Amino acid sequence: MNNTNIMIVGVGGQGTLLTSRILGDVALASEMDVKVSEVHGMSQRGGSVVTYVKMGEKIYSPVIEKNEADIILCFEKLEALRWIDYAKKDATIIINSQRIDPMPVIIGKAKYPEKIIEKIKANYKKVVDVPALDMAKKCGNIKTVNVVMIGVMAQCTEIEKEIWLKAIEKTVKPQFVDVNIKAFNLGYDFARDCFI
Amino acid sequence: MKKLMLGNEAIARGVYEAGVTVATAYPGTPSTEITENIAKYDEIYSEWAPNEKVALEVAIGASIGGARAVSAMKHVGLNVAADPLFTASYTGVNGGLVIFVADDPGMHSSQNEQDTRIIARGAKVPVIEPSDSQECKDFTKEAFRISEEYDAPVIVRLTTRVSHSQGTVELDDRENYELKPYVKNPAKYVMMPAMAKRRHVSVEERMAKLKEYSENSSLNRIEWGDKKIGVITSGIAYQYAREAFGDVSYLKLGMVYPLPEKLIKEFASQVETLYVIEELEPFIENQCRIMGLKVTGKDKLPVIGEYSAGLIKEKLLGETIEKLNDIQDEAPGRPPVLCAGCPHRATYYVLKKLKLTVSGDIGCYTLGALAPLESVDTTICMGASVGVAHGMEKARGKEQSKKTVAVIGDSTFIHSGITGLIDMVYNNSSGTVIILDNSITGMTGHQHNPTTGYNIKGEPAKQVDLIKLCQAVGVDRVKVCDPFNLKEFEQIVKEEVAADELSVIIAQRPCALLKHVKFGPVLTINQDKCTKCRMCMRLGCPAIVDRGDHIEINPTQCVGCDLCPKVCKFNAIEKAGGQNE
Ligand SMILES: Cc1ncc(C[n+]2csc(CCOP(=O)(O)OP(=O)(O)O)c2C)c(N)n1
Repeated sequence: MNNTNIMIVGVGGQGTLLTSRILGDVALASEMDVKVSEVHGMSQRGGSVVTYVKMGEKIYSPVIEKNEADIILCFEKLEALRWIDYAKKDATIIINSQRIDPMPVIIGKAKYPEKIIEKIKANYKKVVDVPALDMAKKCGNIKTVNVVMIGVMAQCTEIEKEIWLKAIEKTVKPQFVDVNIKAFNLGYDFARDCFI
Repeated sequence: MKKLMLGNEAIARGVYEAGVTVATAYPGTPSTEITENIAKYDEIYSEWAPNEKVALEVAIGASIGGARAVSAMKHVGLNVAADPLFTASYTGVNGGLVIFVADDPGMHSSQNEQDTRIIARGAKVPVIEPSDSQECKDFTKEAFRISEEYDAPVIVRLTTRVSHSQGTVELDDRENYELKPYVKNPAKYVMMPAMAKRRHVSVEERMAKLKEYSENSSLNRIEWGDKKIGVITSGIAYQYAREAFGDVSYLKLGMVYPLPEKLIKEFASQVETLYVIEELEPFIENQCRIMGLKVTGKDKLPVIGEYSAGLIKEKLLGETIEKLNDIQDEAPGRPPVLCAGCPHRATYYVLKKLKLTVSGDIGCYTLGALAPLESVDTTICMGASVGVAHGMEKARGKEQSKKTVAVIGDSTFIHSGITGLIDMVYNNSSGTVIILDNSITGMTGHQHNPTTGYNIKGEPAKQVDLIKLCQAVGVDRVKVCDPFNLKEFEQIVKEEVAADELSVIIAQRPCALLKHVKFGPVLTINQDKCTKCRMCMRLGCPAIVDRGDHIEINPTQCVGCDLCPKVCKFNAIEKAGGQNE
């Protein structure tokens, strides 16, 4: 069996760590070998963050490299562009259409690139853009953006929905389980027709 | 039972299973989660020490007292703890003593890229190096056996990718380790010349024995495959090499100091081409070369930065990566920033306005070096801000101290700023030190410290009073101010910098990410009133965005800290959904 390589990219503070924890749990429950590589510390302060999740029969390196990712879960558009070289030609790229300006753009030293999603779509076939921030707002908690995205991604894997839900229950704080399950379902239903 | 664990979490589990009862550390990425996870086990006494030197000394005391003890730190922390380390190597241990040191190749969160193996060799302390989470746990337990059998402190060397990767770990029960008796033994524990001379002999004997151990230890293993290529490697580099080379032969070293020379020779003699693959310094490689082996290593691979399977393929196998698109190059960088609501932002706004030279230090506030605040002039190591400011004054005279301040966080001040301040008092400085007291050790992810009033478990603890502390060492001018009171803060800084005496300003305001910190409603810019003077942009707040034709506040980023209205001369920044006041 081939490995499945998933990258989660975003901006420090968007909940990428929690997402990778949930994914890791899902992989473990499906009895695969799994490694998850996270970055803590400095880059968490609003910097660009990337987490790697690799699952398969036997995983050595915890890191995913250029042209190796099967799925890239992007929590922010510019971060999608930054890490796009890591996607395989036929990768699935799921992009939250949210925009968060980095400091060089904020102070006018750089331009936020235009039409990011269109450009990515022109180069890769399986690209899904998700209004995850609006969907999270609909759930009543904008912090659930990450779980909405997990819901979307769950549709493009063969792992059963039950396993995902269990992993969410296990990972998030008890008082937030309900809102996160709601967020997952919203993402899951949104993506129903995206991956056929 | 199998669990998915961070390397650091697996270390903590190994510490638990080994029957350790005392753990002490100072936080530092990527080592911090070791101690945070140890603190979850009630069977182990754990603490945040003020710095790594004290932490290691406490662990040494616990070991001499008969317990199994640990200390954890980042690579530069070992510099701070080097003094006790080098002599604890002579005294050896009673209960096992293991030190976890996490290197940061690639400098994800560090100020340099030093290699712990070199310090360990200098101190003659054995080093073992795990390459995944399971090994983190298993090697930790083996480290205690080595420590006790060979009477040595043992370093477990980690790197960021091992510490911060999760992998599966098989859990075991906790060993029932009995406290060893404490017997007074000055010949072993009092290191003055007469005793130390004899202990140095013991150290050399022990290292010779450890070499023998290394030859036969299960920590080092050969994985035979195709013998055309042989790879000697350790730690995370082993994982990268496996992925790059596939089914060739590997000598995977778990013990990297002292090295098993016979095993290395035996392995080398059976393969055609020999590679040594290790991040940072050519530590294993140089030893191979001294042994007369022909190897390929740092002649092709860098001593700078992190490795990866791709890098190894490129440098050693000449494989290149196909480029699948040409859109990526357009992505502007996203450096880390001070969070919205951060108290340090106000401090730097004022320092920049006053055009002061800022002797900086290490913490979240180091980010004040980046645009647009661009305040910080120097950053060396923890605590250095104070000494560096003092040195500038001594080099350039009192006039320099009238345009210079040192800035230092609360945790960093306690770590090693206080000794610099004592130097300033003692040697007649007229400088100004600003303690950025945000009530927490921020940069490393919110650990308590002696100034916060809580211990590692979040229980109330005695709180070091910064005002009294500074007064007690002889600083007569100590001022306290919330930097968000911009005008008052600016006035105080002006006065204290101009003063002919030494002064300390405590800029007091809690970190915006602390749970008890609550702000008002989100802010918005009233475009009718805004003149686009861009004063608010000087704050470098991630929520205030220049859209070209107008400036706006991003409501998903703004926390409502209310700092920006204070710099707007036109009252254009209002609470969203209503007028100001
Ligand atoms: C010798 C050493 N130990 C640990 C670290 C890791 N480290 C960097 S900043 C920091 C603490 C900063 O806390 P504080 O001074 O309170 O400033 P804050 O981040 O809260 O603004 C630590 C522990 C280091 N760089 N060097």
